[in-house]
Amino acid sequence: MAHIAVEDSDSDSRLLLLDSRDNVLVTKARLTAGTVLRVSGKSVSIADDIPLGHKLARYDIPAGAKVLKYGAPIGSATTGIRLGEHAHVHNIRSDYTPTYSLIGEDRRYGDTP
Amino acid sequence: MTMRGYLRSDGRKGIRNTIVVGYLVECAHHVARDVAMPFRDQDVHVIGFPGCYPNEYAETMMERLCTHPNVGAVLLVSLGCESFNKYKLAHLVRQSGRPVHTIVIQAAGGTRKSIAEGQAFITEQRAMLDQAETVPMAPGELVIGTVCGGSDGTSGITGNPAAGRAFDMLVEAGAACIFEETGELIGCEHIMADRAITPELGGELEASVAKAARYYATLGYGSFAAGNAEGGLSTIEEKSMGAYAKSGASPISGLIKPGDIPPRGGLYLLDVVPDGEVRFGFPNINDNAEIAELIACGSHVVLFVTGRGSVVGSAISPVVKICANPETYRRMEDDMDVNAGRILDGGATLDEVGSEIRDLVLGLAAGGRTKSEELGHQEFILTYKSFTPIGPSCLPSA
Repeated sequence: MAHIAVEDSDSDSRLLLLDSRDNVLVTKARLTAGTVLRVSGKSVSIADDIPLGHKLARYDIPAGAKVLKYGAPIGSATTGIRLGEHAHVHNIRSDYTPTYSLIGEDRRYGDTP
Repeated sequence: MTMRGYLRSDGRKGIRNTIVVGYLVECAHHVARDVAMPFRDQDVHVIGFPGCYPNEYAETMMERLCTHPNVGAVLLVSLGCESFNKYKLAHLVRQSGRPVHTIVIQAAGGTRKSIAEGQAFITEQRAMLDQAETVPMAPGELVIGTVCGGSDGTSGITGNPAAGRAFDMLVEAGAACIFEETGELIGCEHIMADRAITPELGGELEASVAKAARYYATLGYGSFAAGNAEGGLSTIEEKSMGAYAKSGASPISGLIKPGDIPPRGGLYLLDVVPDGEVRFGFPNINDNAEIAELIACGSHVVLFVTGRGSVVGSAISPVVKICANPETYRRMEDDMDVNAGRILDGGATLDEVGSEIRDLVLGLAAGGRTKSEELGHQEFILTYKSFTPIGPSCLPSA
């Protein structure tokens, strides 16, 4: 296997589809809010900045559905995730142990210098 | 490129001739550090165990580290009243053919006298070790470990699979390769078990991950840090799928525990999660604990894949920093040996980066040094754990 991803001609080249069964795509570059992208043949505008290596929904994912990456379940959607929306800790939970993160704590306490 | 090594009495060969300074309780740590300070650029590394209560795992770890093939001589620093069995450790090191000296701070007359005594030993040993003969060495004589730390959403796409390719090539060449962190293989246990060379070993691999899942569930946190989420990883399952890629595609030859030396070439899973009830806290409190365990299993070199950007190095065996994220690489190039992030933009294939890693590993036995070695990194931590020995199905003879 020489390729890291599978061909997805329906989505922007800044997005990687790791397995044809996946319902998320991985960002190959940092996407700034307002960027317009093609995702699964539809044009979407990115609401918030999405860093490199993060995920966005390839399709509409209903609440409770498994999130699939590498062709495998990586957790469940805690709320509906719309096509093109950032898919992360705010809308995905582990089916094993809860995820601990400091996301948002900088806004709460002030960023480090 | 000619690989050469230092032949040890047990037949293993080392690619370094490091002097270990080992403190046997935290109370002796400062003296050990001060002893080693003037020699920090001369392959003198401080390791140790902070606890005052006895622990079989910690004593085994210290023994394996002090008799590691990359180690040429050992200085032990004891306060004097701690429970660590310094007599046994010194005996085992001596039996391995290595020069060993124990300083007992209380007997030596305190800090200053201990430091002077220790530095005299190191000066003498360094001069002798620098004259040591080397012998030819083959890739198949190497043991290589892999760990990932500061993982992010790129780790599982570029760095980890590239390390996996390097593993496949090294296993093919006869080397023993060790991957680990069963707590980061949660969700991958069944596909992993299918790669075991016997069904019984497959069952052991699955059981080791189930044990890890139980252990972490009791503790309330997965093997997942805040930075993983910052880097785009949402769950432990997602992190696991990426981490699993480090193992490559070779059949899995065995399951070992910290301090077990792979008996022959092949791919091995290191089970780092303690046995029995949860007793001493998190299995590995940070990446450095995992690196120490990989080295205790005989690893000459450790491949460290990072996305967020780790800077750590090892106390005994060179750590190769493989950077998965191209943005991190640009920011922290001085700390990174391999830029696997270029795979993301099509700047290189997994196979090309895998070959680059393999060549770099072999080069470390032919005069090459890693960035973390050049920078003098020697993070080390050893904490309490307890294990039962591996079962009979864990090392099927191939």
